[in-house]
Amino acid sequence: MSAPATERPAVRTGEPILTVRGLEKHFPIKGGGLIRRTVGAVRAVDGVDLDLYPGEVLGLVGESGCGKSTTGRAILNLQPATAGSVVFDGREIVGLNRKQMRPLRRDIQIVFQDPYASLNPRLPVFDIVAEPLIIHGLTKNNTELRTRVRELVEMVGLNPEHTNRYPSEFSGGQRQRIGIARALALQPKVLVLDEPVSALDVSIQAGVINLLEDLRDQLNLSYLFIAHDLSVVRHISDRVAVMYLGRIIEVADRDDLFERPAHPYTQALLSAIPLPDPRRERERQRIIITGDVPSPANPPSGCRFRTRCQKFANQLDDAQRQKCIDVEPQLEDRGAGHPNACHYAEVLQVL
Amino acid sequence: MSSNGTSGPATPSGASSSGGPAGATSVGTLEPKAAGTHRLPGYDPAAPLLQVEDLQVRFPTSDGLVNAVRGVSYTLRSGEVLGIVGESGSGKSVTSLAIMGLLPPSAQVTGSIRFRGQELLGRNDRDLARVRGKGVSMIFQDPMTSLDPVYRVGYQIEETLRVHDRKLSSKAASARAVELLELVGIPNASGRVRSYPHEFSGGMRQRVVIAIAMANQPDVIIADEPTTALDVTVQAQILEVLDTALEETGAAMVLITHDLGVVAGVADRVLVMYAGRPVEIGSVEDIYYEPRMPYSLGLLGSLPRVDLGGRQRLTPIVGSPPSLVNMPPGCPFGPRCPLHIDDCDAAEPPLIEVGTGHTAACIRTEEVAKAHGDAAHVFDESSTDDQLGEAAYPTDLATSPEAERDAAVPGTPPPDQTEPAAAATPRHAAGPTSSAGDLV
Repeated sequence: MSAPATERPAVRTGEPILTVRGLEKHFPIKGGGLIRRTVGAVRAVDGVDLDLYPGEVLGLVGESGCGKSTTGRAILNLQPATAGSVVFDGREIVGLNRKQMRPLRRDIQIVFQDPYASLNPRLPVFDIVAEPLIIHGLTKNNTELRTRVRELVEMVGLNPEHTNRYPSEFSGGQRQRIGIARALALQPKVLVLDEPVSALDVSIQAGVINLLEDLRDQLNLSYLFIAHDLSVVRHISDRVAVMYLGRIIEVADRDDLFERPAHPYTQALLSAIPLPDPRRERERQRIIITGDVPSPANPPSGCRFRTRCQKFANQLDDAQRQKCIDVEPQLEDRGAGHPNACHYAEVLQVL
Repeated sequence: MSSNGTSGPATPSGASSSGGPAGATSVGTLEPKAAGTHRLPGYDPAAPLLQVEDLQVRFPTSDGLVNAVRGVSYTLRSGEVLGIVGESGSGKSVTSLAIMGLLPPSAQVTGSIRFRGQELLGRNDRDLARVRGKGVSMIFQDPMTSLDPVYRVGYQIEETLRVHDRKLSSKAASARAVELLELVGIPNASGRVRSYPHEFSGGMRQRVVIAIAMANQPDVIIADEPTTALDVTVQAQILEVLDTALEETGAAMVLITHDLGVVAGVADRVLVMYAGRPVEIGSVEDIYYEPRMPYSLGLLGSLPRVDLGGRQRLTPIVGSPPSLVNMPPGCPFGPRCPLHIDDCDAAEPPLIEVGTGHTAACIRTEEVAKAHGDAAHVFDESSTDDQLGEAAYPTDLATSPEAERDAAVPGTPPPDQTEPAAAATPRHAAGPTSSAGDLV
């Protein structure tokens, strides 16, 4: 709180640039035997609603397997959605084929999690960054291409003289910068960042986060920032959506979510983060939820979190519990000042 | 020690440490004196639990020796939790593998590792097997790979029990296995002992690994990134289980992690490693509130805080860790340090005392002290990261000698790199870089 220098005003103005409604992505489970019939579905993403406003950073957090990465990929149509709608700048994305998608890719780009796997090891950095420019025919001649690649590489804090090297000659943090340069080549409006810093060391991670913040301010980008690290999400996001088992269970402005979480899952998630501050860390009361995330192939009835919910287990009476079992809570404002999906949502300060 | 009581006559692990009689009845192949115990020559119950002195680990590669660990010294007292933090490649995992004697034969290990006065370094596998699991046990990072996929988890726990207590009946062993699984919080333990590792989730597997580590009431548990592969809610559960394990066994723990939050909650003392050496050792409060080494300060400053509002600018440490093949003289952190002066390049600074039980390897600790833990005081917030493009970076040095090799060849180093362009013209490292024997 001591350095509010980079504090930005709320940016949620005008129409959302990206609107996601009822997005579903189900992966079929094939049975054994000769005729491999579909016997079920992993409901990885099961009805997600999101709005991303121009210039905004929307954090999407959740544990592994909750469907946050699949949501990101379905939005980009990298894994076609099973149902729902994704509207980008007035254009529906769901159902488009590769060719129809191509012009849209100029405006939405993605940065992947693993900088070791997402760059072609056989291409020098120049070719990696230049490829999108060539595919989309954005540069007229070779000189222009070179200038543009040079600009991009400099923009992400790398030495442009090193563009003739291969990805293996760079460190994790540097590779992630190359991935960011590639994503920025087409001057997109929206970047989907899929765990962009989770593979990096702390001191390197901080540099990449600062870079992402700077780029957002310079280029007026919107980010869908997917991460499991809530500290990073709090740092970079304007709004945060919490996902559990394929659904959004709470969404709020950043400080509202971290200071006044209303859903028991958000509370448990926040309370589980270890603080790098020995005195505070040792004084804290932890909410420890039991068990693991249930299988998305067979989610619990009613509220999906009830099997691990400390409120369901300890505070509710049988009649109240029955409601959790029978009725799936919708994402709506229940007096906490922001939408959440818990019948018995109650603001609780946990940090 | 309560589990010792509950397990009753079946597991005389407490009795066995009284030596002779218990072992003498053994029909095992070991010589009677040592059977059933974890004693080696030099055993001294009064000696410090674990004493590491000037540990050096080198891996020969085609580019010369990789100095993965360059003089680590620490003492672990009984009942203590020592946190070892550092980034990937800082040598924290290699240090613990050296203690367990699990490094590949090609590794050159020197120095001294004494467990209760017994020298562990240079022992053969058979001697070490008596200490492993019983005296010192280990929890590995990845619960997906540290269990054997073809054996039931119950069998894997029983194996650990019976290897140290040869007259333990299989019935007693399986009873104890169930008990251990209950202790680490696995529901329906009596049924789950018959499951295979793939039937468990990551968090549950890590519980099994912890059960194996605590099975023989070890004196020291080395936990190498025990929660790194897990989700944050599961991490909280596992940290509770580790706490239980320490209570049950009365063991001391070495907790290796890169997560400064985990260390803050669990450790009594903290050792910060950088480029294969400890750069600061102190109590947990010293390190977090009054760090004296710029690197520790920088680490804290580059950490986003979930408990603080506002959008504070992070203070990244520019550059990347040095290659461990040919270390330049002087402070290894020098090229990345905002407080760098010419004197820093003269020699690698020894750990100097900056407070009670608090040492730091820096010649400018007074400057660092002025920051009182506020990294922005020393590190420039607006520092550009341009230098990142300049340095060749040794990736994940700590993980395996394979990785060492890869890391040692970071391609052609940039001409303007701060360290000598060694990788391109390999020549053998001139012995161990500045001896760290002056560590306390």
